[in-house]
Amino acid sequence: MNHNCSEQERLLMDISIIDFTLVELNEYLDTHPFDMQAMEYFNHYSRIKNQMMQDFASRYYPLTVDTSMDKKEWTWVLAPMPWENVADPYPLACETPPMQPRNNTGKGGYR
Amino acid sequence: MWSYERRLQFPVNIKNPNAKLAQVIMSQYGGPDGEMGASMRYLSQRYATPYREVAGVLTDIGTEELAHLEMVATIVHQLTRNLSMEEIEKCGFGPYYTDHTVGIWPQAAGGIPFNACEFQSKGDVITDLFEDMAAEQKARTTYDNILRLVDDPDVCEPIKFLRQREVVHFQRFGEALRITQDRLNDKNFYAFNPGFDTVADCGCNN
Repeated sequence: MNHNCSEQERLLMDISIIDFTLVELNEYLDTHPFDMQAMEYFNHYSRIKNQMMQDFASRYYPLTVDTSMDKKEWTWVLAPMPWENVADPYPLACETPPMQPRNNTGKGGYR
Repeated sequence: MWSYERRLQFPVNIKNPNAKLAQVIMSQYGGPDGEMGASMRYLSQRYATPYREVAGVLTDIGTEELAHLEMVATIVHQLTRNLSMEEIEKCGFGPYYTDHTVGIWPQAAGGIPFNACEFQSKGDVITDLFEDMAAEQKARTTYDNILRLVDDPDVCEPIKFLRQREVVHFQRFGEALRITQDRLNDKNFYAFNPGFDTVADCGCNN
């Protein structure tokens, strides 16, 4: 999964922006179920989001398991989790050497 | 049924850990007006409404609150990642650390564990929607209080996003309440529980 990070981050941000529009329209339409103009907006952005989700899955990794097209490695689990810091990503267990424990010798700072 | 999207609703990338801040922000995970209570409140209440628009709002907002729960957990997680023991001790994070290390656990800022008594599901859509509107305002106030304690823009931006969502949800619940009241006796909105006081023959009296 070597790729141009900035382009990947930009596509993810664009998906977030489009999806935010969809969340807003969805909740608005729940209380205004006959607003045809809002439905038109919803359908428009929904098509865009679906295409972007497909693009993201084919270029990087699937954001939903049903857009997975993996054949060689299951990127649904190998890809970063959303709570990882972009600057401080988690390593894969299979690429990580055994760890040393932190000091627990009873020399802490509480007095 | 639910499915998972492997991304946050709004990005969180915190550069500087800060255990003091984590301690107060965790209240919006498992505190009295936090996202866990919000999600469980709406997703539990939705069965008691006879109106689909209201059930739809409760379902979709309850679902969005789960995305907010994940954002708050991410903020707390990133604020407590790579902390030294000295920082944990100095920032007053020692009590939480003793029980949970730096894992995520639902509690209020003051240490009170999450409890279902922090929300109600009364089985009456009017009662429930009034609680929901109050809940959104209480969460908005909590985010305002947090924003007065924070000066790291990496933390402020996602908190400001979450605060805005409380305002929008208050509006949607207000509309849901109007939709419900419009179908009631307009001289006495509170005369009935529209999900319970319906006249139906269940066959029990035969």
